[in-house]
Amino acid sequence: MEEKFAYIEGAEQPIAMHPKKFSLWLFMVTVVMIFAGLTSAYIVRQSEGNWLEFDLPAVFYYTSGIIIISSIFLHWAYLSAKKDNLMQLRIGMVIASVLGLAFLVGQWYSFVALVDMDVYLVGNPSGSFLYIFTGLHALHLVSGVIFLIIVLISSFRYKVHSQSMVSMEMCVTYWHFLGALWLYLFTFMLLNH
Amino acid sequence: MATASVASHSAHDHDHDHEHKENFITKYIFTIDHKMIGKQFLVTGIFWALIGGFLSILFRLQLGFPDMDLTFLKPLLGGWIDDGGKLDPNFYLALVTMHGTIMVFFVLTAGLSGTFSNFLIPLQIGARDMASGFMNMLSYWFFFISGVIMFISLFLENGPAGGGWVVYPPLSALEQAIPGSGMGMTLWLIAMTFFIASSLLGGINYISTVINLRTKGMSFSRLPLTIWAFFLTAVIGLLSFPVLFAAALLLVFDRSFGTSFYLSDIYISGEGALPNTGGSPVLYQHLFWFLGHPEVYIVLLPALGITSEVIATNSRKPIFGYKAMIISMLGITILSFVVWAHHMFVSGMNPFLGSIFMFLTLIIAIPSAVKVFNYLTTLWRGNLIFTPGMLFSIGLVSFFISGGLTGIFLGNSAIDIQLHDTYFVVAHFHLVMGSASFFGLMAGVYHWFPKMFGRMMDARLGYVHFWLTFVGVYLVFFPMHYIGIAGFPRRYYSFTTYDFSSAYTDLNMFVSVAAIITFAAQFIFLFNFFYSMYRGRKASLNPWRSTTLEWTTPLHPGHGNWPGEIPAVYRWPYDYSKPGANEDFIPQTVPLSATPESNLPHEQELVKLEKEIIAEEGEVLVANESKES
Ligand code: HEM
Ligand SMILES: [Cu+2]
Repeated sequence: MEEKFAYIEGAEQPIAMHPKKFSLWLFMVTVVMIFAGLTSAYIVRQSEGNWLEFDLPAVFYYTSGIIIISSIFLHWAYLSAKKDNLMQLRIGMVIASVLGLAFLVGQWYSFVALVDMDVYLVGNPSGSFLYIFTGLHALHLVSGVIFLIIVLISSFRYKVHSQSMVSMEMCVTYWHFLGALWLYLFTFMLLNH
Repeated sequence: MATASVASHSAHDHDHDHEHKENFITKYIFTIDHKMIGKQFLVTGIFWALIGGFLSILFRLQLGFPDMDLTFLKPLLGGWIDDGGKLDPNFYLALVTMHGTIMVFFVLTAGLSGTFSNFLIPLQIGARDMASGFMNMLSYWFFFISGVIMFISLFLENGPAGGGWVVYPPLSALEQAIPGSGMGMTLWLIAMTFFIASSLLGGINYISTVINLRTKGMSFSRLPLTIWAFFLTAVIGLLSFPVLFAAALLLVFDRSFGTSFYLSDIYISGEGALPNTGGSPVLYQHLFWFLGHPEVYIVLLPALGITSEVIATNSRKPIFGYKAMIISMLGITILSFVVWAHHMFVSGMNPFLGSIFMFLTLIIAIPSAVKVFNYLTTLWRGNLIFTPGMLFSIGLVSFFISGGLTGIFLGNSAIDIQLHDTYFVVAHFHLVMGSASFFGLMAGVYHWFPKMFGRMMDARLGYVHFWLTFVGVYLVFFPMHYIGIAGFPRRYYSFTTYDFSSAYTDLNMFVSVAAIITFAAQFIFLFNFFYSMYRGRKASLNPWRSTTLEWTTPLHPGHGNWPGEIPAVYRWPYDYSKPGANEDFIPQTVPLSATPESNLPHEQELVKLEKEIIAEEGEVLVANESKES
């Protein structure tokens, strides 16, 4: 009896959203604030001069492409799940996850490229910031990949379908968000170095 | 079962859990019941308040009685008391730092928001629990871990962090700078990381609960001001704590990995320059105060919300300017993010930028003044009932005025050049933030104790506690204005180094004695709190004759809060002394149609609408139920 009411009451709010999805959005707000803080710090620090100039690793163009394609495949998987096309869902999920891992590997090579250019974590902050941006973003991306893999596994267990989309939707939201975050960081670094 | 139906299922699981297997551990320790979590925050907060207060007594001894023989503290402080019975200067810095950190974050953030947001949000909006009980539990345990780490740091050989609660680099970044910047600082950073995680988990929960789980009829314009305050506090925290995390992250890299975000061209005791180049310590100040200033409102807003509720209830009057209160809180929320650099007027920042921040800072005095005005007009000609909660709320208003006024002084950059980092600032923020929020916390405890523990606290002890604390606070902090105007800097170990400041030895002694008495008075509260928990007079269901929802629950609400259906809400929470009404308060659960004698003309029109909605909802309910089963 009691729980039934809880459900009914929960469902009646005019602007209500699924609480977990809503919490995910709030979490993304906090991530945005972290990077807003860091990128503002970058600008403030840069304006003070004594700033090492160097070229951004070219790998970033490839990894940006990878993350976009990964998002597209995930979205395709999501649309397929909505239409209960489970085969396409799984294919999309697998590709998205593999590309997610590829992105991480690519980011690692950006570190290698930076070292080759004699830009180290320790040194002029212009380089250190780059390591922090990519590193912290990669850390969030790891959580995204884990989320992808969890949903991937449930998709193989027939737990993702048109009637059961909450975790899939959250996964898609989070992954698109992380992709967009990377594109923001990349554009930011292109414009401000 | 499938993850998709989380919505309905998590709600089910909840109730089953508590019905079937509630034991000591799930009930008192790893509980997911918001009421118990609130109490956990409260008790932990009280523990930290005692530690924080005790540390302040230690350094007040040093400041008030510089020649005193402190050997009797040796058993506790060991090597920090030297052979002459003197406090170690480095430990003095550590004491000040820990006092600030503990009070700001552990007591007035976690102890205040954590307690009352958790306890009151579901009860006052009519929800069974928080949006995620599990995250809520994590929030408490992260806070707990954070506390354990901070506590351990107190006992390190080199002492805890000593760079002030703001931990400015380079002082905090270089181990060679002061002993506290070694392991103590590392633990400080780890503890604060856990603390940030805890605050964010809590905040996310508060926000999504307020938005998603309000009961029928509880529109935003019918929310008690407490809920508005907790909600906006959580929003501020959500936006500012991540930036503190960013600041701390860069500091960690500077400390442990040799980067130079905040460090440049540093020479220590005549040795060659450190390798760090290109960093900027002012950068840290920007990042820190971007949290730091909003943080002071994170500390204050919940106290203001509690005060609104307590003052309206005990004046038996509707709160004056309900909408104005909400708008001012919204204004404070927004403005609190654009004034941070008033803490940095003398940091070498561009003076033009300084004047912009000065302008914005002075604007924030407007919503603050609106709130004060509304409290006073609510009190004006009310049928005042001086419960201890009410007294503490009035005390808050007093501190908010006296401390807020000095804020306007400090907000003027020209005056701040003289007053920055003097005891004037200490006086300012201890009145407006420290004491005001502490009084809000106390008001909340006295007021909601009956709901928390089903018993009443002893009012007479409450009065004694109030008067000693109220007078004590003014005796402690008011003289500091003079010391500050005379130019004495804060965080200095000794007042007797300079001739001009030796003149204040007597005043300092006076302050220290007052501080010790005020601290001692808190034990009256402590006794009252724990004694009343078990032996207090049994409370009635609605002891303050209040209108809000929490008083419609049973004396000891179980997990789920209301045994039957959650009551719906038909009116705003401040129908006190409504002309024509039979009683001097009408609970939010009484429909307008039941009170034709007191309805205002526009409410009378709503009655029709209300009846239609009730009829309609009856149908929906039936429909939903058949859909569910
Ligand atoms: C009328 C509105 C207020 C104005 C204009 C104002 C202005 C200022 C200014 C300019 C400072 C910097 C002083 C300095 O370091 O030289 C300051 C410090 C401070 N204010 Fe306020 N303030 C106001 C209200 C508040 C409120 C409501 C709180 C807390 C609830 C608060 C808490 C603090 C704290 C904690 C500090 C000192 C931080 C530190 O340096 O350790 N202020 N205030
Ligand atoms: Cu401020």
